Parts: sequence; structure tokens; C-alpha cells
Amino acid sequence: MTSVHDWDVTNPVKTNRTGLIGKAVERYEGPLKVTGTAPYAYEVQPPSPPAYGVMVGAAIAAGRITGADIAAAEASPGVLAVWTHLNVPKQAPRGTKAHPRSSAGSRPALEDERVAYFGQPVAFVIADTLENAVAASHLVKLTYDADAPDVDFLARLDEAGQPPGEQDVEIGDFAAGFAAAAVQVDGTWTTPIQNHCQMEPCASLVWFEGDKCIAHTSVQMVKPAQHGLAETIGIPRDNVHLMTRYIGGGFGGKGQTYDDLTLAALGAKALGRPVKVAFTRQQMMHGTVHRPATVQRVRLGASRDGTLDAMSMMTWTHCHKGGNFTEHASNFCRALYAAPNRLTGHRLVRLDLPAAGAMRAPGEASGTMSLECAMDELAEKLGLDPLELRIRNEPAVDPENGRPFSMRQLVRCLKEGAQLFGWDRRLPTPGQVRDGRWLVGMGMAAAIRGNFLLPAKCSFTVEPDGTIVVRQGMTDIGTGTYTVLAQIAAETLAVPLGQVRVEIGDSELPPAPGSGGQFGAATAGSAALMAGMKLRTAIAELATGDPGSPLHAGAPDEVTFQDGVIAISNRSETLSDLIRRAAPDGLTVEGEVRPAQDAQQWSTQTYGSHFVEVGVDPVTGEVRVRRMLGVFAAGRILNAATARSQLTGGMIWGAASALTEANPVDVRYGSFLNQDLAQYLVPVQADIGEVDAIMLDEVDDKANPMGIKGVGELGNSGAGAAVANAVYNACGVRVRDYPITPDKLLAGLIAQGR
Amino acid sequence: MRTTITVNGEARSLDLDTRTTLLDMLREHLKLTGAKKGCDHGQCGACTVLVNGARINSCLTLAVSHDGDEVVSIEGVGTVGRLHPVQQAFLAEDAFQCGYCTPGQICSTLGMLRELEAGVPSQETAPGAKPDFTGAEIRERMSGNICRCTAYPQIIAAIQRAAEEMA
Repeated sequence: MTSVHDWDVTNPVKTNRTGLIGKAVERYEGPLKVTGTAPYAYEVQPPSPPAYGVMVGAAIAAGRITGADIAAAEASPGVLAVWTHLNVPKQAPRGTKAHPRSSAGSRPALEDERVAYFGQPVAFVIADTLENAVAASHLVKLTYDADAPDVDFLARLDEAGQPPGEQDVEIGDFAAGFAAAAVQVDGTWTTPIQNHCQMEPCASLVWFEGDKCIAHTSVQMVKPAQHGLAETIGIPRDNVHLMTRYIGGGFGGKGQTYDDLTLAALGAKALGRPVKVAFTRQQMMHGTVHRPATVQRVRLGASRDGTLDAMSMMTWTHCHKGGNFTEHASNFCRALYAAPNRLTGHRLVRLDLPAAGAMRAPGEASGTMSLECAMDELAEKLGLDPLELRIRNEPAVDPENGRPFSMRQLVRCLKEGAQLFGWDRRLPTPGQVRDGRWLVGMGMAAAIRGNFLLPAKCSFTVEPDGTIVVRQGMTDIGTGTYTVLAQIAAETLAVPLGQVRVEIGDSELPPAPGSGGQFGAATAGSAALMAGMKLRTAIAELATGDPGSPLHAGAPDEVTFQDGVIAISNRSETLSDLIRRAAPDGLTVEGEVRPAQDAQQWSTQTYGSHFVEVGVDPVTGEVRVRRMLGVFAAGRILNAATARSQLTGGMIWGAASALTEANPVDVRYGSFLNQDLAQYLVPVQADIGEVDAIMLDEVDDKANPMGIKGVGELGNSGAGAAVANAVYNACGVRVRDYPITPDKLLAGLIAQGR
Repeated sequence: MRTTITVNGEARSLDLDTRTTLLDMLREHLKLTGAKKGCDHGQCGACTVLVNGARINSCLTLAVSHDGDEVVSIEGVGTVGRLHPVQQAFLAEDAFQCGYCTPGQICSTLGMLRELEAGVPSQETAPGAKPDFTGAEIRERMSGNICRCTAYPQIIAAIQRAAEEMA
């Protein structure tokens, strides 16, 4: 049984003797990335020339395929195979788990005649070249019996039900508290469907070596990908060797694999040669998960002094039919502000849309867009600085469950952010500041995101030349995993950073949960620390037990490690001398971390504050983000550069959520309107002004043995709301229907008579 | 169709499908996978390479139309052992996360710096003026290269660092 108190003992990450922990060391895999030599899945060079697979998407959103004419495609030059549901090789029925402990079940591609969403892969072409495969894919002729797609979220709100296994959470009596409150805000906000738009479209390359399936794909979690593929194509799990060494962005959208992997594997098996398949950018929009739209009703009731008496957040959202994914936009507020009467919950509608899924800061990203703007509105009604309103509602303990906070520096984030940003220069009345053609305004918001530790393993090997090799079935989606694992290893074994090799993204390495939910560094890193500690012990025991070592017969716990040298007082030798002599094949240990069973006694969160300055052109309705500052408290920081990059990345993501990103549904066809990067507006350089993120000193000893927490989602939480609040401060228009596009702002400006 | 293109200083003669893009020629025929396919429609810039010194979206141009041209892809800019100052600056400023857009950002930077030096104006340039090396100019000129991890501030810092280094 693990307790958080087991983590009280000191360890090399805490003592940080060489100062590597927290240092902004350059990315471990950076030289490969800047030279274009890091092979992403589609770029791995297989043992023989690959064939090229291209998927064909359904042209309807609901219904069934009534006919498939593949003759012309099959006769097209270079074509090796053309499949639909009628002739695709046999796969295990959906959900099959031949191995009871598989972390994912079978997910057959081209499963049957039913079409569940627009763009669903319904045919697959393999040819000798990409050009031949693309050309033949246009010749596949499918006929459909289409149903009217049931995709109109707003029209279906009345039918929304509780997500399975969930109930509304009420503390006190919300209705009474709200009714009695002196000052009220009651508003409804809407957030749109958003797409991840990772720069690397999902891709897979598969070949077989005898019975062994060698699969390279782009996925955030290794084990479910390996298990799911094995279950789908019906081979033992150990016969799938799945690798995902470099991943061109994930953001939640690569938390699962897609049909590219299954079809590449089926193709490789059928043809006896490597097959690679990539989504096109257009296919990514429908073919991979998206962040679902939400409708959020927020009600805040406060006393005249700004004390919240009642707060409620109710979220309506959607997922695909047969799915249960819920955008938990209301959850974050349970730990954020004090209020005796509280009501939160979610309602879910199932639609004929592609599967909804996790996207950067799932829950918080959508939810802060309403609550943190409602707080701004409440502050205005009260005549209070919005910063002060938040400080007045700072809870002493978690307001939902009464647990103490493991560490909470929200107020410090707010105060330091305000000072650094120059918040005191903000004029509370909107529309007062002009800079040329721009109306200029400032806004702020709080940030919060939960913190988790999951079970993980990791192995450490010391090789005869003294190299420390870290091996873990973990992934690096751009977050810095390679780098922080190398830092932990170097600090733990007291070797130079250049003496560490990191091998991740491989199903044959000790399992780790992968990248997601900002649990990656804490989880993978803690397992690495454990492995490093065990390797220290193993090395000390090897040296003191070896008659050939100067340390022989010493006490293992007196062995010190420094600069690749082990010593007991003045007796020493290099690590490489010891290993070469006493363990010529190298010395390997495995470490493991598990969540502490008493960790639930604390409310463990990460916090931050956002401050934003925008310019609004009152003639065109254009909004420019001029400055963004975030101040964050997220435990010990392992790498100041990679952590800051994640935070600024999240902040910019939030700005785009407020201003540009949306994918409306064409309710006639059940498709998304925006199907590429010219239509779906992710931010570009010119959209973004000055951005900075500052991390407060913090150690959260209840979080994990290293006292670190995650930052990947935190930067996004609240960032969009701060932009929206700044827009209001600039021009006096509140847009509750995101994104805040010029047409909506102009309507508001015209209504004001501007 | 027989096509000869000088790639990273080496003449390469290939028999190409006329439908093959310059990007696919590099990636699939020459196994130079540094140029990335992010959209295949000229919308993201991940495929940016230099053709006769000018930056170009290699996904939007057919390889056979470049017979006799000189192409420099990221592999020709620098190597792990000998990084170009722009590559070094991207590393030092942490100007990337997932790394997928990075080769395109770096090639685009090289083309952009040449355009600035030649006085090519952008929307940010005052009419008739020579463009300045300011943040606004760089942001405008680098807006054809999308970074979804949004390392944008770090990319600006890297470009400024590299320009100082190269001056």
C-alpha cells in the first residue's frame, strides 16, 4: 500500500544536487527535429518498399451502403487491393477481448454496411504508389440509403439526459441561495465544435516479420493501441510490436488509434509487404475525434460585498450515438470558488456525428469560457475589481468535499500576475482607451486543472560504457517527455546529461499510460525516479559485493554518486569500470509508481491566472490579441523551457478558442462546414502578440515523489475567458456565443450605437 | 517522366509520375522526409523548401515542373553534427514542441530572411519603405507556417537570435 507519506523521504530530484531539475535544458530529441531526421510514423523506412493505402470516406452521415462498385478502381493502374465492407479481410467482432486484460477491444474497419457519421472510412484502396492509390480511390462508387442525419445539437437540447452513471451534484440548497442573493448573474454561453488539427495527420506503417506485426503509428497511448490492433486482427498481443517514437502533436485527438492502423495491418498481412496509410487533412476533420459543442448555463448569486452565496454550472453537450464521451465542462468549478449553495451537472445528447473526444484541457477549456466571464459580469454588477472578486471567494478547503488543498497558490498567481501585467492601469468602464483605430481593453481569468498520478513502470539500465538507458512505453507528443526523463535519470544517477539515452514509444518497453490529461510527466517521471533509485541501490550492492572494486566490503548505503563516479569516502571508481568488470552485459532494474491510496484525502489541483490586453477595431469588429501573461503554480517544474512552452501553447490555444476556432455542422448533410486549415482557423503568427508564462516556485509533496504537477492543460484553462473579458473591457460588448467573430461584435457595437 | 533536380547540392535524376508533387518526390522517392505533409494543400507550410533560393510550398508544385531547379530541403540546411544557426536558435529558444512543422518553419525562415534583405515588402511594410526587422514584420511573414503547438513567441525569439548570429 502506498501512502503520500512514503514520498516524504528525500530523493535526488528533491535535492537536485547538480541543478538539472528545473533547468531549461534543450530538448533531448531536438537536434533530430530541427534537422528533419526524427522519423514520424509514415516516414519510418520499412525493410522493403511499402504499398500505399488511401481511405475513402462516406458521403452520408447516417444510413447504409446499398452497393459498392469497385471494378474501375480495381482495374486502375498499380492497384493491389480495393476493399469495402463486402470484401475486407476478417476481423474480430467489435469489442472482442480475446485476452481478458486487453486495454482496448476490437475495432474493425469497414465493419458493415452501416454508416454512423459523415466521412467514416467505407472503402480502402492499396496501390504501388501514392498517386495510383489516390487516383483509384476516386473510382470507388458507393451507393447509399441515407437517413436524415440527426445532428442538430441545439434543436435536441430538450432530449438531453444524464451521462451514464452520473448525477447532479448539489451542496446546500442552490435554488434558495440563488433566489435570496442580493446580486445575480444568470447567463447561457455556447462553445462550438473544435478540431485538434495536429500538424501531423494520423498515419500508420505496418509490416509483418513472420507472425510478428511491426506497426508504427502516431498515438498518445501505447498499450491500448497495441492491444486494440491485436484484438482487431485476431493475433496474440505479444505478436504486435507497436511503436510511436515521434508524434506530430496529439492534444487528446491521438488518445486512440483510427482505421489507418487497422487497414495498414490488414493490407500488410494480405499483400505480404509493408503498407502505409495516412489521413488527409480533410479526412482528419471528420475521421478523428473533436471537442464537442456545449451550452452552459451559469448562475451566480452574491452578497453586496462580493461573497458568493450560490453558484451553478450546468452543461449540455453531445457525443456520437452509442458513445458516452462527455465534455465535463462543469467539473472544474467544484474546486474553484467558495459558495455554500452549489449545483453542477451535465446533460448529454447523442447525435449522428463523428465521435466526440478529449481535446486540450477537456472540461476546463470549455467551462472556463462561461464561468470566468460570469465572474467578470458579477464583478461589474458589484462594482468590484474582478481580481478582488476572486480573492474574496477564495476557499479555505475544497468547497465541494471539504478536503484540504494539497497546495493552492491561486491568490498568489492572481496578485503577481496583476502586478507584472500592469492590471492597475485597467479602467473598469469599457470603451475608454483608444490607440489609433483600436479600442484597447484588459481582461483576466483564473486557471485551474486537476492533477493525477497513474500507475507506470520504467526500466533503467547502466551499460558497460556507463551510459544510463531509460526505457518506458511512454510517449512524447511535443511535451518534453524525452527531455525530462533524461534530466531525471542524469540527476538520479549523477551522470552528465549526455550519458543518458532515452527509449520510449514502444509496446515492448515497461508500460506507462502515455500522454494525456497533464498526467504524463508526473506519472512517467515518478516511475523513472523509482527505477533510478533502484539502480542506485543495485549499483551500490554490485560494487560493495565485488572483490575487484575499491568499494568492496563497504556499506551499500554509504555509496555516493557524482559525475559518473561511485565512491565510499576516498575509495572510488567510475561507473563504467565497475559495470565493465562486474556486469559486462549491463545492469537493468525496473521501477514502478502507483497512486497513493491516501492521496484522495487532499484536493490536488494546478492553478494560474491569465491577463490579456486586446485591441478591438470598432469599424470592422476585428480583435487583436496584443499581450497575454499567465502566472502558474503547478508544483516543481522539471524543465523551465519545455514547461513554459506548453503553458504559452495552451494560452494561445485559448485565445483562438475565444476568437476564431469553430466547426459548425451542416445540418442538411451532417458534415462539418470547415474541412481544412484554410477554413478552420487555427492561430498563425500574425494573430499572436506578446505572450509570456511565469511559473511560481512550488513543491506539492502530496502529488507524487517528485512534488511536480502537470502543465499541459493548465495554460489553456481560463485563457479564452480572459480574452473575452478583455474584449468587453475594450468595447463594451459581451458575446456569449463563441467564437467572438467580427459579425457578432459588430452587431453588439451597432446595438450600442457606436 | 525523366526529371533532373539538384537536391541539397546533388543532382538527382528520377523517372517520375507527372502527378508526383515535389513534396512526395522528396519524401517517397528520395527518402528525404524532413519536409512534412501537414495538409497537402499549401495551407500549413510544413512542406516549405527552398527552390532556387526562394521558399515554396512543395506540396503545391509538381516535381516534373522543376527540371533543372535547385532544391534545398531541411536536410541540406544543416546536420545534427553541424547545425545551421537557425536550427541552433530553434533548439536554444525551444521554438518547437512536436517538431512536425519545424523543418518548414526553418526553411521558411531562411527564405524570409532573404526576402527581407532584398527589401521585399509585406502588408506590415509602410508604402515605399524598406522593411524593418521587427517582430510585426516577422510575424506577418511567418504566418504561412502554422504551428499547432503554437511555439509562436519562441519562434520569433529564435529568428531574432539567429539573425543576430548570422549578421
